[in-house]
Amino acid sequence: MLSQFGIMFLFILTAFAFIGGILLFGKLLRPDRPTEEKLTTYESGEEPVGNAGVQFNPRFYVVALVFVLFDVELVLLFPWATVFGQPTLIAETGGLWGWFALTEAVVFVVILALGLAYAWAKGYLDWEKPQPQLPTVATKVPTTLYEQVNERYKRPTTP
Amino acid sequence: MLQIAFFAFIALTLIGALTVLLTRNVLYSAYALLLTLLGVAALFVFAGADFLAVSQIIIYVGGVLVLVLFGVMLTSKPTTISTSTVVASERSNAILAGSRGVWLGVLLAAGLFFGLSRLLMNAHFALFDQPISKAPTTIDTIGKQLMTEYIVPFEVISILLLVALVGAGYLAKKSIKP
Amino acid sequence: MELTVLVIKSLVILAVFGITLLIATYSTYAERKVAAFLQDRIGPNRAGPFGLLQPIADAGKMFFKEDFIPAQANKWLFILGPCLAMLTALMSSAVIPFGDSIRYGSFEVPVQGIDVNVGVLYVFGVVSLGVYGVMIGGWASNNKFSLLGAIRAASQNISYEVALGLSIIAILMMTGSLSLRHIVNEQNGFFQWNVFTQPLGFVIFLTCAFAECNRTPFDLPECETELVGGYHTEYSSMKLGFYLFAEYINMFTSSAIISTLYFGGFQYPFMHQVHDALVDSLGSTVGHNIATGIGTAVLFGKIFFFIFFFMWVRWTIPRFRFDQLMNLGWKTLIPLSILNVVLTGAGLLFDKFKYATWLIVIVMIIMAATNAIKAPRRKPVTVPQL
Repeated sequence: MLSQFGIMFLFILTAFAFIGGILLFGKLLRPDRPTEEKLTTYESGEEPVGNAGVQFNPRFYVVALVFVLFDVELVLLFPWATVFGQPTLIAETGGLWGWFALTEAVVFVVILALGLAYAWAKGYLDWEKPQPQLPTVATKVPTTLYEQVNERYKRPTTP
Repeated sequence: MLQIAFFAFIALTLIGALTVLLTRNVLYSAYALLLTLLGVAALFVFAGADFLAVSQIIIYVGGVLVLVLFGVMLTSKPTTISTSTVVASERSNAILAGSRGVWLGVLLAAGLFFGLSRLLMNAHFALFDQPISKAPTTIDTIGKQLMTEYIVPFEVISILLLVALVGAGYLAKKSIKP
Repeated sequence: MELTVLVIKSLVILAVFGITLLIATYSTYAERKVAAFLQDRIGPNRAGPFGLLQPIADAGKMFFKEDFIPAQANKWLFILGPCLAMLTALMSSAVIPFGDSIRYGSFEVPVQGIDVNVGVLYVFGVVSLGVYGVMIGGWASNNKFSLLGAIRAASQNISYEVALGLSIIAILMMTGSLSLRHIVNEQNGFFQWNVFTQPLGFVIFLTCAFAECNRTPFDLPECETELVGGYHTEYSSMKLGFYLFAEYINMFTSSAIISTLYFGGFQYPFMHQVHDALVDSLGSTVGHNIATGIGTAVLFGKIFFFIFFFMWVRWTIPRFRFDQLMNLGWKTLIPLSILNVVLTGAGLLFDKFKYATWLIVIVMIIMAATNAIKAPRRKPVTVPQL
């Protein structure tokens, strides 16, 4: 007999076969005429500079770190959630089970919520808001002239 | 049929693990780790531990490995294939282990290997014994045990996670606010 | 015996695949038609009647376009990325219960790919795997835009996963089972639908589903104003097709899961009466099968509504900024979902009262209303006729 997981495996295999088949089919159909220009990395029409080894914000790493901790919490809550409301268990303990389980889970969650609050208060979850920078242009036209133009074509806001 | 699948997953796990060990590119080893973790999850299924398999995927593949990948991407440069800097970029990723303490490492590895293999020998791969369709889900039992017998570890885990969070924040503080 | 089971299961698998792919294909057409409708255009209307053959023409184009792998890219990972995205997208539709069951002789086959009893966890696991398709593809392109898109995608997905999981946990507390079929069966009766018992959980789940699918307003990984094409900048031909197609498959599966978890799946009002009437008049086999068919049709109606909703939102709401996205995920949705779980538990213990989370909703509505009243009024601006 096939187990449920066996069928799942079969499903994944079928998906693999499907994807592989389509890629192979496409490979047979499509032309293949690479040139050097085609194979360059796209960088908005410029010659690409260096590779993609760019520095990025370490906040991404911190977010992933906080996520892992919450992930563990989440996985531990799954078995709790399934047994929480079981009527047989509640009946056996005379209604105590539910309160007991809820208290435990609340303690568990609250401790982690404290962690979230800590990270929040310390600003690990803050992302820099983009600071719009007004471009400064070296021009001989004085800025007052622009203001005059603006003033002249200003829309009356209040009647 | 079942045997073939079982050994296929073992092969997957081992190939992944060997790639982690032998490849010179840190990012490749991270992706090979993905293979290994998936293989281990499949082996958990064979042991009848469905919840453990899924939590392996959720925590390790979905969480820890993403963290590892972020770490690698933050610190290393992807290798350039066509340029002449191949060697240099590979070198920057290599972990330079000194020759000190070789014996300690070997001893540790041997001890770990021995312990783990003892564990594995004693492991009970349920799927080979009983008809699979009758294998009940383990999640109920885990839930009950977590709420009764292992209540203290359950709560201690949350404190541990809190401590880890604070620690992570402390480490990250320097990089965020220079 | 074993062979028959294998054949039946293979047929079911193929059917699930076929339906998923068909709906995803026509979602692309529907998206363009919906966009056209919302923007007062006509949309595709050349290929076939009403442009109905457009998706097939698009697929043909994907097949015949030249596919190049950039010289700087990492070849195998570059190919692996879209394949993985497609694989994870295809996998999750396996556990969705599309209908009750089909009777055939003495057999009773459930209309479901795999009736696994950890269905919810399976879906959640697949969701957490979903990061990799984008991440591997984005990194392997060795393009700055792609890499930034990939990092954004991964960061966004993991940020919304926690709230997603917590809103699922609130449902699990009510049903006490991880099987999706069981969750559906638990929602018999219109007001037993989880959307009525878990209104807040539904909103959180919906938002997170949008974020996990990388759909607008959460499509920062492929935000064309900032990142060109995002993670698929370097992709062309069928590999690009995989990425785009995976998005539509994800949309279909998340619509299906939303309908299953919150809108009663294949349940509809007066279902049992309809079922009994059909069985009485047509016999227990044919009647039951027709009743199942009606249920399946109802489920697909719900799914199509949610697919439409996804599109409606896409062409209505502008994109978030990245800091707004992170703030929404971490500072709004996670605390709210924790509150939701706690209140659901308390309500369940207090005389099995399932509708406790309406309290949060009412408080939030009151707060919003007072905010709106307190807010300074803007002076009406009259624009002079020029």
